[in-house]
Amino acid sequence: MQINEATVRKIAKLARIKVTDQEAKSLEGELSSILSWVEQLNEVDTDGVEPLTSVVETTMKKREDVVTDGGYAQRVTKNAPLSEDNFFVVPKVVE
Amino acid sequence: MPDLLDLSIAEAREGLDNGDFSAKEYTQSHLNEIESANKALNAYILETPEKALEMAANSDERMAKGEAGLLEGIPLGIKDLFCTDGVRTTACSHILDGFVPPYESTVTENLWNAGAVMLGKLNLDEFAMGSSNETSHYGEVVNPWRRDGDDAKLVPGGSSGGSASAVAAHLCVAATATDTGGSIRQPAAFTGTVGLKPTYGRVSRWGTIAFASSLDQAGPITRSVEDAAIMLQVMASHDAKDTTSVDIAVPDYRKELAGKVKGMTIGIPKEYRVDGMSEEIEALWQQGIEWYKDAGAKIVEVSLPHTKYALPAYYIVAPAEASSNLARYDGVKYGLRVEGDTIDGMYENTRAEGFGDEVKRRILMGTYVLSAGYYDAYYLKAQKVRTRIKQDFDEAFKNVDVMLTPTTPSPAFAMGEKSGDPLEMYLNDIFTVTVNMAGLPGISVPAGMSSSGLPLGLQLIGKPFDEGTLLKAGQVIEQAAGELPKPTKWWA
Repeated sequence: MQINEATVRKIAKLARIKVTDQEAKSLEGELSSILSWVEQLNEVDTDGVEPLTSVVETTMKKREDVVTDGGYAQRVTKNAPLSEDNFFVVPKVVE
Repeated sequence: MPDLLDLSIAEAREGLDNGDFSAKEYTQSHLNEIESANKALNAYILETPEKALEMAANSDERMAKGEAGLLEGIPLGIKDLFCTDGVRTTACSHILDGFVPPYESTVTENLWNAGAVMLGKLNLDEFAMGSSNETSHYGEVVNPWRRDGDDAKLVPGGSSGGSASAVAAHLCVAATATDTGGSIRQPAAFTGTVGLKPTYGRVSRWGTIAFASSLDQAGPITRSVEDAAIMLQVMASHDAKDTTSVDIAVPDYRKELAGKVKGMTIGIPKEYRVDGMSEEIEALWQQGIEWYKDAGAKIVEVSLPHTKYALPAYYIVAPAEASSNLARYDGVKYGLRVEGDTIDGMYENTRAEGFGDEVKRRILMGTYVLSAGYYDAYYLKAQKVRTRIKQDFDEAFKNVDVMLTPTTPSPAFAMGEKSGDPLEMYLNDIFTVTVNMAGLPGISVPAGMSSSGLPLGLQLIGKPFDEGTLLKAGQVIEQAAGELPKPTKWWA
């Protein structure tokens, strides 16, 4: 599977990572060679095979839908690069 | 008195209990060693001497009161992937600059509750993505081992390179590590240490920075199989905070060590005899087989037909899960932020500057295989192949107790030797990655030396939650291999 530079740019946009022209070029080759390599999986007959969703046979554990933690906004926002009154601050998103 | 730095956990516990030395003295000897060695090895990226001495003093107090825990006064290194309350945790990524967790991971919490002492945080490949510890934002880790008559710096393996290097150079008694595709076992093999990856679900993942959630599992790196048993005893627990943590009682692993290997059946998977396997790895494997025969075990060949597909399937599943897990690093909640004109611009700038090349490569690969129109062809297909891999193991384990394989296709390589080609680097995990894909436990035990004078490891693969048998069988290799050479102390 070969992917082109435009595809690299599209997925970089989806992943929210800015790439330079030079990076896009080298990623085009690297990702193409990895994707070609994984193509050998098509040799495996997986008709009627269920995808593995859990390596250990268990049922999902559930608990009561109640608040068990919280009430310390200051601790939550302490590591934020920018915060005000225990809110995270981001660039303006609504005009 | 023997050198304190050479003691195993079991020996140190005895010395502490007998009052031969205090926890403070024992910790101080390690702090001194780190001070003189770390500049050359770069195993620790953060040393916490004050905290260590305070914890050691508390251990001395508890011992005086007769309240010693299983790891009381034992100084450990902690891979910088485990969140430690009030102590900087970065996953060795620029994007987590200055992050100080307000909580403690379950694994480290278990260790401190058992009386262990933290010496500091250990280096790793950025976000645990790598097999050589060359992708860390804090620089490469150096392997204490060198080839005979050669000063070239060798990699310690990865991603738990700091853990392996620190344990091999006696900069801690034991270390925590994590394994997503081989990140405990491969560095253990490269440094002549013991590395144990437990069954998925045996050890809580809560508070451990996530890479690929369906594969990640924490375990110890130690200098003996018995020490690995003691560490696992404390690290393993059922944890309500991790829904994949399994509610099965933790057995007494040290008791299981005393069991007999006689009459056990050891499987030799024929598909691991890969093309181009070096003669010395082949010979080491054969030697292992002979050791088990001598111990009275039965050897049978088994077949795991989908072995060769494990690595390519891994390089779909792991990047896909990583792209999702790493979406949280956005310059808003913690770590690095690089401003931009818009909120998207800020995200893109932050993530461009904050992530290294290998991490970016995997996020983009993961984003691609999960994107509209490709999900079935890649991710779903890989998860189906994974079922096939697991079925192979289920079938083979009907007839054998454990499987024996080499841990790595080669001994430690030189820095820069494989960092130019991602695919060549990925092939390092060819013998270890199947175990993660099937969620099984695996252990690497030092078994011999290469012709160039470097350590080599053999891997044992066990049935789910049968770490006890794995450890018991691991001791056969340890005992048969006998006293192996130690690295020459060129760094002090």
